[in-house]
Amino acid sequence: MTKQHPAWSPYDNNGGTCVAIAGADYCVTAADTRMSTGYSILSRDYSKIIKLADKCVMASSGFQADVKALQKLLAARHLIYQHQHNKQMSCPAMGQLLSNTLYYKRFFPYYSFNVLGGLDNEGKGCVYTYDAVGSYERVGYSSQGSGSTLIMPFLDNQLKSPSPLLLPAQDAVTPLSEAEAVDLVKTCFASATERDIYTASFFLFPPSLPLCDGIFGDKLEIVVLNKDGIHREYMELRKD
Amino acid sequence: MKLDTSGLESTSPFFGSGDELCPELSAAPSFALPLSTDFDEFQKDTKATLKHAKGTTTLAFIFKEGVMVAADSRASMGGYISSQSVKKIIEINPYMLGTMAGGAADCQFWHRNLGIKCRLHELANKRRISVTGASKLLANILYSYRGMGLSVGTMIAGWDETGPGLYYVDSEGGRLKGTRFSVGSGSPYAYGVLDSGYKFDMSIEEAAELARRAIYHATFRDAASGGVASVYYVGPNGWKKLSGDDVGELHYHYYPVTPSTVEQEMAEVAGA
Repeated sequence: MTKQHPAWSPYDNNGGTCVAIAGADYCVTAADTRMSTGYSILSRDYSKIIKLADKCVMASSGFQADVKALQKLLAARHLIYQHQHNKQMSCPAMGQLLSNTLYYKRFFPYYSFNVLGGLDNEGKGCVYTYDAVGSYERVGYSSQGSGSTLIMPFLDNQLKSPSPLLLPAQDAVTPLSEAEAVDLVKTCFASATERDIYTASFFLFPPSLPLCDGIFGDKLEIVVLNKDGIHREYMELRKD
Repeated sequence: MKLDTSGLESTSPFFGSGDELCPELSAAPSFALPLSTDFDEFQKDTKATLKHAKGTTTLAFIFKEGVMVAADSRASMGGYISSQSVKKIIEINPYMLGTMAGGAADCQFWHRNLGIKCRLHELANKRRISVTGASKLLANILYSYRGMGLSVGTMIAGWDETGPGLYYVDSEGGRLKGTRFSVGSGSPYAYGVLDSGYKFDMSIEEAAELARRAIYHATFRDAASGGVASVYYVGPNGWKKLSGDDVGELHYHYYPVTPSTVEQEMAEVAGA
């Protein structure tokens, strides 16, 4: 049977790249703030990272309408959890909740590519990486979204840790300090954005200019979680 | 269309009956379906971009001492390797293992679901579920979703009251009892090694080595398989992981590099 109408899709891809790195006692999660459709830039100031719990953040690229729906659902589920258990959900628990939530839309998926960063019950950094229908895995570092194929090989080269499946088991913790990990994330975006139009490209400010957030322009948003809590920093990016 | 959502209830938050604020959140989870007139076409369009398809090699066989289960650890999306550290052998309970081939999410989710059902069976009947029973639970669920695009090829291996058990179950509804299976894109290569080396009378060490060698040779010839070759053994006291080796390093174990004679001669001439 031939199609009676032009193919309409419920999905769009708004691009974007997310990265997360887990360390011994910290977790760095980062994403650019560009939202685009095709060659058009819709926004240069759209945050892709949300805080789901005290020790858990999610960075999502893909179709931002689906991402928004997913974020709202997880926020509601987390509120219910807090009322029932009188505590914040742990990152491993949120990890499995996200997997199940994605799979319940198995036949009409959320077009979202997520990484979950946080601290586990022992205070160690943890990163969970997902596909759109909910298969997930705990890893030391991960990248998702339009620039992931550029960033992942770079992270493998810089951080490659022994596989958690090896027996006898080998220590797989990222050896970097928190400051080094933040620098590495910035470098990742610097190189990836040279070749991905959907991720804002890198702009080196003269050292005299302060790195202020809030001005209109593409940014790299970095969220650091550690024992002292959560803090966000921004790095200004170019607008082309 | 009627979907079997039994077993999903236990994962939903527990509420009293009078919850009217947000019924979707407290109701038992179910699968949202697209409001599409052509479900098959919709699935075809979404599947290509969203799903991790897995080229895989998994195998399992029964021998004198129990069941040996082994798998590689690669996940790919088309030509891109999306992970080299996937856990393809899923620990359902301390006496039962499942393997995954096909869609990553489909396998992970339904094995998790099977784990819940096996635990509930154990609590209701005060004894562990048989491998026969567990594999049939999974096969029945998968059969109820037949034609909706699930992609699962799994082996359920374990030890129950009747001794070692091994079943092959797939998303087309198939369920086979057997003593020797291999599933996935690398299975022809694995079968080649496995069939030529298999005997029922093997020690645990011999069987583990056969399983590891079969996985290694499959990763060598099948581009969609690779990573780490994991080997598990299930015996009367439950499963145990015996080995996990990077196949890149295993290559030099099976094919050690020996300096060729030509190079040695060259060195002597240079020294003279």
